[in-house]
Amino acid sequence: MKDISCKLLVIGAGPGGYVCAIRAGQLNVDTVIVEAGRVGGTCLMVGCIPSKALIHAADEFAKVARFAAGKTPLGIGVAQHSLDFTQTIAWKDGIVSRLNNGVAGLLKKANVKIVTGRARFRDGKTVEVETLTGLQIIRAENIVIATGSAPVEVPSLPFGGNVISSTEALSLESVPERLAVVGGGYIGLELGTAYAKLGSNVTVIEAMDRILPQYDAELTRPIVKHLNGLGVKLVTGAKARGVKGDALLIETADGKDERIAADKILVTVGRKPVTTGWGLEEIDLDMDGRFVRIDEKCRTSMRGVHAIGDVTGEPMLAHRAMAQGEMVAEIVAGQNRAWDRRAIAAVCFTDPEIVAVGLSPDEAKKAGHEIKVGLFPFAANGRAMTQEGEDGFVRVVALASNHLILGIQAVGSGVSELSASFALALEMGARLEDIAGTIHAHPTQSEGFPEAALKALGHAIHI
Amino acid sequence: MGEYVIKLPDVGEGVAEAELVEWNVKIGDLIREDMVLAAVMTDKATVEIPSPVDGEIIWLGGEIGDVIAIGSPLVRLKVEGEGHAAPALERETVAKPAPEQPPVAAEEKPAAPKQQREPATRPAAAPKDVASRPGFAAGTPRKEGDKPLASPAVRQRAREAGVDLRQVPGTGPAGRITHEDLEAFFAHGPQKQGASALSPNNQVQEIKVVGLRRKIAEKMALSKSRIPHITYVEEVDVTSLEELRSRLNASKRADQPKLTLLPFLMRAMVKAIAEQPQLNSVYDDEANIIHQHGGVHIGIAAQTGNGLVVPVVRHAEARTLWDCAAEVNLLAEAAKTGTATREQLTGSTITITSLGSMGGVVTTPVINHPEVAIIGVNKIMMRPVWDGTNFIPRKMMNLSSSFDHRVIDGWDAAVFIQRIKTLLETPAMIFVEG
Repeated sequence: MKDISCKLLVIGAGPGGYVCAIRAGQLNVDTVIVEAGRVGGTCLMVGCIPSKALIHAADEFAKVARFAAGKTPLGIGVAQHSLDFTQTIAWKDGIVSRLNNGVAGLLKKANVKIVTGRARFRDGKTVEVETLTGLQIIRAENIVIATGSAPVEVPSLPFGGNVISSTEALSLESVPERLAVVGGGYIGLELGTAYAKLGSNVTVIEAMDRILPQYDAELTRPIVKHLNGLGVKLVTGAKARGVKGDALLIETADGKDERIAADKILVTVGRKPVTTGWGLEEIDLDMDGRFVRIDEKCRTSMRGVHAIGDVTGEPMLAHRAMAQGEMVAEIVAGQNRAWDRRAIAAVCFTDPEIVAVGLSPDEAKKAGHEIKVGLFPFAANGRAMTQEGEDGFVRVVALASNHLILGIQAVGSGVSELSASFALALEMGARLEDIAGTIHAHPTQSEGFPEAALKALGHAIHI
Repeated sequence: MGEYVIKLPDVGEGVAEAELVEWNVKIGDLIREDMVLAAVMTDKATVEIPSPVDGEIIWLGGEIGDVIAIGSPLVRLKVEGEGHAAPALERETVAKPAPEQPPVAAEEKPAAPKQQREPATRPAAAPKDVASRPGFAAGTPRKEGDKPLASPAVRQRAREAGVDLRQVPGTGPAGRITHEDLEAFFAHGPQKQGASALSPNNQVQEIKVVGLRRKIAEKMALSKSRIPHITYVEEVDVTSLEELRSRLNASKRADQPKLTLLPFLMRAMVKAIAEQPQLNSVYDDEANIIHQHGGVHIGIAAQTGNGLVVPVVRHAEARTLWDCAAEVNLLAEAAKTGTATREQLTGSTITITSLGSMGGVVTTPVINHPEVAIIGVNKIMMRPVWDGTNFIPRKMMNLSSSFDHRVIDGWDAAVFIQRIKTLLETPAMIFVEG
């Protein structure tokens, strides 16, 4: 097979890699992208997108179930309701497939060559790919490592059989009657909630003393309330010890052993960077803990080798990887770029949703800032009331001295869409007055944002 | 509530207008009777204008540097009870010079209805000074290590231009760097940032040339543009004079002033002028007449906090050495404290300029127009002087003097200075009569 030479080689076609390749193509950089599976990565194939599809289906089903049970004040009744989970999964797969073809089309349009197979470094300028038709050698002036991350395995609960990761959880044949979720982070709770709504008996086991420990208790309180309402059992401070038959063995906070009967055991204790299988040892890059060390231009310790996305560290978020990919493409094209982003919003698609960007009140205080905090509850928001989504709030953290906004958090139904204005406010360097002075359309949940800013300024209107 | 107009009073004999040099009040100030409102300058005297009543300032009659006619409204006040103000219509007419009116005379007139009084004359409200509010200072210097605050577009533009945003002062809210700040940085380079490194200062401060400074500027320009100067420098051995001066100072009575070199020079000039009276003249070059004065009125250029003033020792020919010295001290004090009268500051016929210990080696004095001569005194320095066999240390001083070459020939100028030199080198001759 004839060797390929190119200016840019991207290893991994996840959101970081494919964005990098498309942008490079736009800039007329001769680009090749290598991907072992289908393009789109974790995000598109087994992450963000399919999980959102499943959550949507679960929400719709839960709604109808509620109507059927007569538990709605809206006066809507449903005589019969049913779930064809096979069709649900097929619908989800259809969306994934459409997006997957979309990304492939975009890469083609940008004149990016896609090489299918597993890539492996020979040296800092050469990669070999095992393709179906043989070994392909690719020489590149610049190489971008975008190998992403994979679910972390718990030693006592090796994946296989009934012990599944998020990947399998997105493609189950049927809704498990009893689902045990090990790890109360956002992935476990998003999927756990979805299955609870689809009818599973869900138990969440979290080692820390509360779920979603990276968020403050004020933010997670509405989530806990809703999980309780759904009948999800939360076991905190507990450790998974192993699996025996159809039961998960745990050690509770007070040291007792317990059995939790489960048809499926979903392990979501985090994700780890993919640093093996592609020849890291051949090029011996400097590491930053588990991650590949990068500088502000996403350069690794080897000249001409960049790394982006989950393999480079926290936060392991698709939108961070995309921004890095775009930047590296422009750097390779000769433009002067460096990472100076201020705001990477993190969204938790639980019920209700959480969005957080910048510093929380505690983090701001820990950083030595004197702050003002304004919190506006959705209970005082008209739009939230009309959508039966009164739980939650918008919270703004700003410097006391000049009112520069340091962080914004919200919890509530549909608040993920508010992440746009939150991130914009932070990225543009807004002060409380800027937010308070921006007219937000009525009636929308977004009104909670200026109200929270006004609250911090001491004169909220609607509370 | 009524309105009260304070007009610019007559501040000096025959003066029709005065320049506003200082406001001590602003609109909205509450003032009491006798509080100083403003300072105006006529010719060389600065006069403070006090308020005759209590009230609130609602209008100011001009800006610093404006020349205001005597009798024009200077300030409008809101006062208790009935005011004294003319209705709005009359404003235009009272604004014209009306020198015959007694100072601060304000007639009793019924207060005009408010609507009539409001329009036009009220200056636009000053924009709110946002920058002075704490925490919102424009261009707030960032603390060490603070990230510069700027939108992504500004950050990218800076990066592409190779500009480190940490060096760009931000004028936006909370010190945010705007596109305009970046453009200013592109145009002018880094502004002063801390004291760590040398950096070019591209600031240009506008200073209005008003008051005494404007008078000086006009006077100097007039002198230099009208008068073809000839400058003549000669050195004078003042060893004997200095010896005499120190002896006189050592033995002087307590009530006698300390002698400087000036009174000796003045007396020497009187003697020299007696022989060359044309040097003691005022040349009216428009009428083509030289006014040759009998009295020797010597202007003494003096530096004050505000600039150069020239108080005048009148009739130096009729004053003794001690008298001259006393008068110089008196005038210098008056000039420094700004209390010199108009009479003390005008009427010189010849001028001395001296920078004392700052006198330097040579100066090129500018003639005090319309005079025809100015004598500049340079620093006394110990210099080696060749006496025919040896170098001996002597106290030497240069005289740098300028003359109006239209009416004073170089020869006459030289003769005049040589005469003064002779007198100063043999000081006894200054005191020999006849």
